Amino acid sequence: MKTCGATPGGPSLDGVDLSTQSIIQGVVLKEGVDDGVPNGVPVANAHVRLLDSHGDFTAELPTNVDGQFRFFAAPGSWTLVVLAPGVRKELSVSAALGVPADLVIQI
Amino acid sequence: MSRETALVTTDWVTENLKNPKVVFVEVDEDTTLYEQGHIEGAITFHWRDDLQDGLVRDLVSKEKFEALLSKNGIANDTTVVLYGGNNNWFATYAYWYFKIYGHQDVRLIDGGRKLWELKALPLVKEVPARAATRYVAKERDNSIRAFRDEVIAAIGTLNIVDVRSPAEFSGELAAPAHLPQEGGQIKGHIPTAKNIPWSKAANEDGTFKSEEELKSIYVGAGVDLAKDTIAYCRIGERSAFSWFVLHELLGVNNVKNYDGSWTEYGSLVGVPVAVGA
Repeated sequence: MKTCGATPGGPSLDGVDLSTQSIIQGVVLKEGVDDGVPNGVPVANAHVRLLDSHGDFTAELPTNVDGQFRFFAAPGSWTLVVLAPGVRKELSVSAALGVPADLVIQI
Repeated sequence: MSRETALVTTDWVTENLKNPKVVFVEVDEDTTLYEQGHIEGAITFHWRDDLQDGLVRDLVSKEKFEALLSKNGIANDTTVVLYGGNNNWFATYAYWYFKIYGHQDVRLIDGGRKLWELKALPLVKEVPARAATRYVAKERDNSIRAFRDEVIAAIGTLNIVDVRSPAEFSGELAAPAHLPQEGGQIKGHIPTAKNIPWSKAANEDGTFKSEEELKSIYVGAGVDLAKDTIAYCRIGERSAFSWFVLHELLGVNNVKNYDGSWTEYGSLVGVPVAVGA
């Protein structure tokens, strides 16, 4: 469960050379029933697919135990598809060198 | 080979969880997944520690493979059922590996770990204790494995299928987009290779497309299935997936996986390289 003070978004960028990587990352959250945390609880093992600007598959990751994922993409326009039991969500996102796209995705 | 002999469904798995003739083996790129939960009774192989020699870049020796299977209670007549994360990449690599060493009955769960999770089927943390066996492997079957010299000789004559993403094929990326961008010394692809990403063969839930769809993907991209085919990617796992599609599901003979793949080819001195789509 995320505590109220935690920063939403993907994993820590410590040690990542942002000058050479265009990162798309984030966290997948689902509203919990009993958790009382407005941002929801992280969804581990959701499947996040990265599609290129033609809609072709490029990569896929399961979210980690904290609901987080990270892609090392090339600069440009991408589509994310998030799959979890009974859920499919699609989002558009841009990647650029030096500025990570850090997303909070509610499912 | 065919879908009936090479694949099992998640329903089949549920019905065979207690079948003593069956051993489920999870093989993941992210080796922490097994500890987080796995199919009841499943063991795991580590793609690097168990399946790579470690000193030289090669498969483990026949003796080490025999020791691995014996230690994990797999016998020569066991039905080995493989599955894993990442659309079965590393599980299909292990499948190819079992075939290299001549295991009789090896299968793959269609959809792998992803479909199992998307169906919210149960995962357990208990690691099974299996009685050891005395497994005897066959000599390596190199008819399904390509080496660099035959890849170079295949340029312009045989089918070479690059199963990486279009961005890796063109030279834009050096590795799949979920990994840091490290790869061969240079970027690009083997000249005359057709780029048919492994993912074209999979549905969104990780299951394989139908045989008709699969065939049209390869034929439509200009692969003459009457000719010999070599598949490659970056380190040989994704190309094992495409080898599985061609050799095991479509029953095409003379398909080889080049497990040296781009990390080897892209570091060779003096070989031709192409860039662009």
